[in-house]
Amino acid sequence: MMEHIPLNFPFLAAALLIGISVYILIFKRNLIKLIMGIGMLASGVNLFLVALGYRAGGGAPIYTGTPEETMVLPVPQALTLTSIVINVAVLALMLTMVILIYRHTGSLDSEKSRKMKG
Amino acid sequence: MLSKIVRTVTNEFMPVIIIFGLYIIAHGHLTPGGGFQGGAVIVSGVVMLLVAFNHQEVRKVLRERLLSIMESTGALIFIGLAFAGIGTAFAYNFLVGTPIFGRIPPTGPNPGDIWTGGVIPLMNFAVGLKVAAGLTAVVLAMALFSSGEEIEE
Amino acid sequence: MRRQVTGLILLLVLVAFLVWGMQLIHPFGYPDASNMDDYMIENAQKETGSNNVVTSVVFDYRLVDTLGEATILFTAVTGVLLLLRTLRRKKESS
Repeated sequence: MMEHIPLNFPFLAAALLIGISVYILIFKRNLIKLIMGIGMLASGVNLFLVALGYRAGGGAPIYTGTPEETMVLPVPQALTLTSIVINVAVLALMLTMVILIYRHTGSLDSEKSRKMKG
Repeated sequence: MLSKIVRTVTNEFMPVIIIFGLYIIAHGHLTPGGGFQGGAVIVSGVVMLLVAFNHQEVRKVLRERLLSIMESTGALIFIGLAFAGIGTAFAYNFLVGTPIFGRIPPTGPNPGDIWTGGVIPLMNFAVGLKVAAGLTAVVLAMALFSSGEEIEE
Repeated sequence: MRRQVTGLILLLVLVAFLVWGMQLIHPFGYPDASNMDDYMIENAQKETGSNNVVTSVVFDYRLVDTLGEATILFTAVTGVLLLLRTLRRKKESS
């Protein structure tokens, strides 16, 4: 009954998502692609949080209806809810600043808006 | 403005989406859902309205002062309910046992009863109001700013 | 050219560290420290009175975290509406 999944595959998928998004953040120059990379980083971290609290053969932690015998852990799901809302707030502020940068300098290249004029 | 078919279908679908969002908010203590999820569903309905119609027509219906009052009301109800049980602790569930929302369900799986939950359904309502009003204001401000050159306040 | 080689080496070090670290966590599906969650699954119906254990954790056992999250949402909405307003007035007066 103790059959383990080889290499802990769901954790490996979350690590792969984080690795791809760090590659985007280092090597790309377009501002919209950088924001997409930050969103992908948020998705990887949320997937890791939910996958930490799984119990083999378990069901949803809700008592209405006909649930199964054991339930998965409810606390990591509550932490993921808070994390998703905070990511939405940060993403909204970042998109507003991209709108203002485009209105001010006229291009979406991150190398052209590095110098701060006095 | 998109074509006539899109505008008619949007007009027919808006009440269904709003009622579905309110159902998810109201049954937050019985089924999966709650305040944040129901507020996001209502905001997606408003975004569909913005895509189908011209943004100046939507601005005549949803004014900014109404959205600001709704969001502040949601925040004040939330803080008021957190301070109301200050006799025992800061965030105490003081409605369990009283006849307003305070029945206790039998242990184990059961068909749900909506008059349970204590202070949780009222907080679901306050958070849903806050999320819906706040994110609608953000989406409306972004749509008006990036495409309106002759805006008069 | 040198900047890209340095970035590639650092990325490989980070991915190797993450993959090695994921093998040291508990095997997937058998968590080992679940005393708090077992208490919440057993006593959530008696103490809070709701059928949904996740909602009772978010809104009853950890209400102060939800208060902080609502404050963050309020601050972000205020910041966005503040940034997208001054340029409208500048376009009016010019």
